[in-house]
Amino acid sequence: MAKIVTDVVCPFCGTLCDDLEVALDDSGEKILEVYNACAIGATKFLHSQAEDRLTRPRMKQEDGSWKDVTYDEAVEYTAKMLVDAKKPLMYGWSSTSCSAQSIGSELGEEVGACMDNTATVCHGSTLIAVQDVGVPSATLGEIANRADRVVFWGCNPAHAHPRHMSRYSIFPRGFFTGKGSKSRKMVVVDPRKTDTAKMADIHLQLEQGRDYELLSAIRIAIRGEKLPETVAGIPAKTIKEVADTLKSGRFSVIFFGMGVTHSLGKNHNIDIAIAVTRDLNDYTKAAIIPMRGHYNVTGSGQVWGWQFGYPFCLDLSRGFPRYNPGDSSSNDLLIRDEVDAVFTLGSDPGAHFPVGSVKKIAQLPSVCIDPHITPTSAVSKLHVPVAFVGVEVGGCAYRMDNVPIETRKVVEPPEGMLTDEEFLAKVLDRVKKIKGVA
Amino acid sequence: MADYIIRNGFVFDPILGINGDIMDVAVKDGKIVDAGDVTKATEIDASGMTVMAAGVDVHAHVAGPKVNVGRNFRPEDKLFSCSPRSGIKRMEAGFSVPTTIRTGYLYARMGFGFSMEAAMPPLYARHTHEEIVDTPIIDQGALPVFGNNWFVLEYIKENEVENTAAYIAWLLAQTKGYGVKCVNPGGTESWGWGMNCETVDDVVPYFDVTPRQIVDGLIAANEMLGLPHCMHVHGNSLGEPGNYGVTLDTLKIAEGHKPNNEFGRESVLHHTHLQFHCYGGESYASKSFESKSKEVMEYVNSTDNITFDLGVVTLDETTTMTADGPFEFHLSHMNNLKWANTDVELETAAGVVPFIYNPKTFIAGAQWAIGLELGLLIKDPMKAYITTDAPNAGPLMRYPRVYKWLMSAKARDDMLDNVLKYGDSVRERCYIGELDREISLYELAMMTRAGPAKTLGLSHMFGSLKAGLEGDVVVYPYNPESDTDDPEKIEYAFGNCNTLLKGGELIVKDGEVVSNGKQKRTFWVNAKTNENPVVERDISEKFKRYYTVTQNNYAVEGHHYVPNPYVIEVDATK
Repeated sequence: MAKIVTDVVCPFCGTLCDDLEVALDDSGEKILEVYNACAIGATKFLHSQAEDRLTRPRMKQEDGSWKDVTYDEAVEYTAKMLVDAKKPLMYGWSSTSCSAQSIGSELGEEVGACMDNTATVCHGSTLIAVQDVGVPSATLGEIANRADRVVFWGCNPAHAHPRHMSRYSIFPRGFFTGKGSKSRKMVVVDPRKTDTAKMADIHLQLEQGRDYELLSAIRIAIRGEKLPETVAGIPAKTIKEVADTLKSGRFSVIFFGMGVTHSLGKNHNIDIAIAVTRDLNDYTKAAIIPMRGHYNVTGSGQVWGWQFGYPFCLDLSRGFPRYNPGDSSSNDLLIRDEVDAVFTLGSDPGAHFPVGSVKKIAQLPSVCIDPHITPTSAVSKLHVPVAFVGVEVGGCAYRMDNVPIETRKVVEPPEGMLTDEEFLAKVLDRVKKIKGVA
Repeated sequence: MADYIIRNGFVFDPILGINGDIMDVAVKDGKIVDAGDVTKATEIDASGMTVMAAGVDVHAHVAGPKVNVGRNFRPEDKLFSCSPRSGIKRMEAGFSVPTTIRTGYLYARMGFGFSMEAAMPPLYARHTHEEIVDTPIIDQGALPVFGNNWFVLEYIKENEVENTAAYIAWLLAQTKGYGVKCVNPGGTESWGWGMNCETVDDVVPYFDVTPRQIVDGLIAANEMLGLPHCMHVHGNSLGEPGNYGVTLDTLKIAEGHKPNNEFGRESVLHHTHLQFHCYGGESYASKSFESKSKEVMEYVNSTDNITFDLGVVTLDETTTMTADGPFEFHLSHMNNLKWANTDVELETAAGVVPFIYNPKTFIAGAQWAIGLELGLLIKDPMKAYITTDAPNAGPLMRYPRVYKWLMSAKARDDMLDNVLKYGDSVRERCYIGELDREISLYELAMMTRAGPAKTLGLSHMFGSLKAGLEGDVVVYPYNPESDTDDPEKIEYAFGNCNTLLKGGELIVKDGEVVSNGKQKRTFWVNAKTNENPVVERDISEKFKRYYTVTQNNYAVEGHHYVPNPYVIEVDATK
């Protein structure tokens, strides 16, 4: 009979669902099925058991072929690369545990690295906006229990965060929202008619890149001031209707995604979205929550916050923490040829950075720590596969609302395989020895 | 572990009744021993300097989610306040909300050995513990917040003290928490709907219970459990002109409650940052704002079962942060600076707003005065503890400046005459002008170590140099005989200790941090109670229906979050 592991936390997206059940075979070594998870989450668990999975580090040869190396050799290469570099970039940190991030911070401090996480290409603009105007927010349970007005702005949870609506935002019957989706009005703002938009009570199909104007118009409408006939392609009447809907609710929430964080306006879009939320609090209760992507991108911002005081774009090269997005951010550093080695862990810049940046990674001494074969591992000199956090090793992760949850170990990793934390600890130890500080 | 003997310092220890005698203090195997009990000890020359037990901070916000919001949303707080790594010291950053590394070093430089994180949202307990682990040197604990928790509201409404106590014990174990904190009772739950409770008799929406009932019920439950620390309250209407009446109403709830514990604690209620709760007048805009510290202190001085901390405004730019969600919203409307808020399902809320206490305004000057008045009006300094509610009324690093103001009338007069723009008005509408008391080093030791250790139920470990206590000893470069002419020497000395021993380990040597500490501990209280099926069922139901994490994923597991625990066992089964 299959063994069922309950209360498993999904290490895929920022929704961090913690009610998964995983069925194991009699030996307890093989995952048979994943219950309650969305398709993406289930695949992550099942993929960890792929037969063609890499289990040992491999080094790229001059002819482009790969040669298996030991973990010790991988540690040696990584440590030497970081020590030799004048200004290494240590990027990623979003798909690993906080304890690994914490050791990585110490390593970055030791070698004077520039450290950045995936927020730099997703919600970094949100973090900047929060530094400008703050953020009235709430945990997802507050939304489930209280929110009767839900806005999805520039995001498509039906596809990107598949269980968000059922667990937290639209369908749950909360303490004060006993009728579930019938207790709620749903507004979607998106230039596309997405599957999320199709479910909305009101879909504002605005003109591409006009988010700032529309948010500004809603702010004006909330205050009861006069509007032009149309803004961002939306009639004034509809805008007023949305403003009235939000004002008349007992608890309104705005969820927003990369449709606004990285479209025209960037952090300014979020500035005004937060301002709308702030204004709404003069009439009712309102909160705003970013739809964070990786399951622990939020955690890396937290760890760096308490260790260095900034959530991303850290420059530790002068011996004390500095922060200047646009200058100390990964793509700017790569494009300006300012870094001379690239260490990647827990993310895939090869798939998401501009091609110019990826070419630079290919040219530099580089290490990619990742259980999967990815575009980043393909362009790196050394690829170190590690155990899957949340599947083969536990560790803390922060949900999109900053709630920390301990992910669970479900199965053993392949024999002899290191975890992120173990590999980083070995590299840190080696770096200290090379530098003579241990 | 090396043994130490600190020779020839001026020793101040109110527990032992030592008031500036020149003597030796010895530490062996991490504990204080009689000076004759050490043989091959490392000698530390403290001649001409002040020796005390290490400081104990009863209330500061130095670890946890709202503190980190403060760090992350204020890059400007790091301007001009970063220190490079050097030797064993890691990078430091931040002024009003320092990084965890700097927090540990700051406490060490100020000669502290223990700090209580004053508000931990239970759902975010892991975060608080992760920061505590990354804070070097000092021992810490954290108080989970209970004053707006749905379980508590429902049990107290039905007058079910036993169930409240069982739930508190359960939550302390789940979160690895230390005691019962209550912030704006009822008001923060009301904030879930954008409302507030401004008096002790305002009714919480839906839950139909009042702050008076909540405070009363939490005190009763706290004493039923016999916890080491008393109920720790931040009352309603913080910071509102005219709020002293609400404060008196809150304090009077303690009447009729008796302490029940095995830790030597005599209070049943600790009122925190009392400065923010002693205001007269009708509004900030009017000319009526005034101090009511004397009125509140008359009551406090007449009772035995209340302690408090000061919350002195230090006239800095700082970052306010509190589980009093509606207060922070209100504050953001006063100064129009950035506002962060997080409502936490079923439990609490919190807000963060930067704030500048401008000495050129009358209100900031009056707030500064009121905080000091509380310290100068106290009859028994064992009941009044020096804090800045860091970072709310002022950054942690300002403690030594507060000592200076309390210890020197000259320093206060200088502020009133030369720094505050409305010093005359402050003299007129506050009591500070008529107070010429100067807190002595003996009283300072009561207000910063012996007293807080007692009210936290930790006097068997900290706060004194009695043999058997923890080897936490500090030497300050202050000569109580010859350094009395210049108040600045007080501020310098208490911010830059000469020597700190923490648990017998040398942390600060000749004014330099020389170790990150090897044995930093997290204190929590494990209260055993009888089985309570009703509470167990309620917990299970609430998790199934209203929490967004499962009950099995709620508990803070020890391995990573509390790697070096110090568990205080309490048996409440009888």
